[in-house]
Amino acid sequence: MSTPAASGSTATGSDGNGSLARYPGWILAPGLCWAVLFFFVPLLIVLAVSFASRGTYGGVLWTFSLTNYVNLLHPLYFRIFGRSIFFAAVTTALCLVLGFPLAYYIARLPRRRQGLWLVLVLIPFWTNFLVRTYAWMFILRTEGVINKLLMGAGLIDAPIELLYSDAAVLLGLVYGYLPFMVLPLYAAVERLDPALVEAACDLYASRWSVFRRVVLPLTKPGVIAGCLLVFMPSLGAFITPDLLGGARSMMVGNLIQHEYLVVRDWPLGSALSFVLMGVLIAAMAVYYRIDAGMNQEGSRR
Amino acid sequence: MTGRRVWLQVMSLGNLLFLYLPVAVLVLFSFNASRLSATWQGFTLKWYTALAEDRALLAATWNSLLVAGVSTVLATGLGVAAVLGLERLGSRSRRVIEGAMLLPLVVPEIMMGVALMLFFVLIKLPLGLPTVIIAHTAFNLPLVMVIVRARHRKLDPRLEEAASDLGATPWQVFRRVTFPLLRPAVVGAALMAFTVSLDDFIVTFFTAGPGSTTLPLKVYSMIKSGVSPEINALSALLVLVSMGLVGLSLAIQGRGIFIR
Repeated sequence: MSTPAASGSTATGSDGNGSLARYPGWILAPGLCWAVLFFFVPLLIVLAVSFASRGTYGGVLWTFSLTNYVNLLHPLYFRIFGRSIFFAAVTTALCLVLGFPLAYYIARLPRRRQGLWLVLVLIPFWTNFLVRTYAWMFILRTEGVINKLLMGAGLIDAPIELLYSDAAVLLGLVYGYLPFMVLPLYAAVERLDPALVEAACDLYASRWSVFRRVVLPLTKPGVIAGCLLVFMPSLGAFITPDLLGGARSMMVGNLIQHEYLVVRDWPLGSALSFVLMGVLIAAMAVYYRIDAGMNQEGSRR
Repeated sequence: MTGRRVWLQVMSLGNLLFLYLPVAVLVLFSFNASRLSATWQGFTLKWYTALAEDRALLAATWNSLLVAGVSTVLATGLGVAAVLGLERLGSRSRRVIEGAMLLPLVVPEIMMGVALMLFFVLIKLPLGLPTVIIAHTAFNLPLVMVIVRARHRKLDPRLEEAASDLGATPWQVFRRVTFPLLRPAVVGAALMAFTVSLDDFIVTFFTAGPGSTTLPLKVYSMIKSGVSPEINALSALLVLVSMGLVGLSLAIQGRGIFIR
């Protein structure tokens, strides 16, 4: 079992492209062309359109202006961006708090049972997102299960409005992205040597200080990766606020959709998309900086 | 020590309950006889039979299968070729091109949706099934590449080298050596791509036109027009299909894939 794996890894480790030309290089071309034509060119078009202006009947007038970006300074857009970042941050924090115990638990299970638990965490992630969001609509609505249960128990007399609120959006986001947090955390905890935790316990560290001084620093890469994986899709979320949120829970994703399809102000929608992308790139840059810093630390040891 | 274990176990089971309970409730009530109420009024299959008679729904299902099928075949072909072609590049340019091609995995879906919509409108390609297929292939390509690449890196390159040394043409090397070794990853990747395509809403929402309504678009418009037991029944079926496909994909790829 270990011998072929080891020889395989050394062989690939030496250098992927040996002197022998196994496959002609041109077979990369079709895939690369597809990516360029249907991903990079469209992104560049969005960038170009974000500097154009809106035609009288929608559409795009190709005159260069910064108007769209200046318009984004309007307090209304600021508020929506602020709310989106806040929602994404709270979602990330909640997923971390909920996901860490689960990831820790899975990583400390016997090997055979880990696979089963991981699949259980993974399945909802591959289940249709619309369906999973609809499930909460079904549960939270005024005629929904929760209201029925509360009224049946005599806790409330009339149904309470649970759906179409900020809380419902947060719930939907946490529900939607929790698996993204658990998987990288699991990978990090799994690599953590249990002997270190035992040693800390033996030396009479309290549970909290074991967590803070030993577990957390050693699983930091997983924590950061998980946070990024939750933060990014939460920030660009569209379905969750659209279905579970009220009129006041609009997030950037809804605003972009609104500008493109309802107002048909493509230049402004494009500018919005690029600001969203800018925030995400900034988040990723922070991640890579921390990651690189930690790798350096690791190599020094 | 034991107190901690119990606490962790309770938290973990709570997490799983949180992940599964809403969908379970949804599925359960797809069998509820009452149209409006969330109270149980007896078992029925009538919402499922109602689905089977919905012509628009059947058309949407057909569109979804067509889009998922064609985009999966395209993305798998392009993706496998790209992974093998990338081998030829120097490590520096390979990293850059690979990184660029995987970028769609981290770009927000809504960004990809609006970008493709603008692109299609500006080149005057009418929105419809072809544009949806192009878009789905674009986001499935990096997915296929990630999965296939992970497996390809673990292969012993000496096997392919040996085949070349013995006079096999590149096509023969591929057919007799590389592909059989990559097969679990390729099939797994194709099933993942199929599932993702079948489930995609946002990119489809922006790139579809009249007559190219897919299943998720249909579900969305049904949800928008109000909660109904038909949606529960349809949801239950979709959950079943996704779970089956993903289970199959994971089983074929083996356990390694999601541990990295």
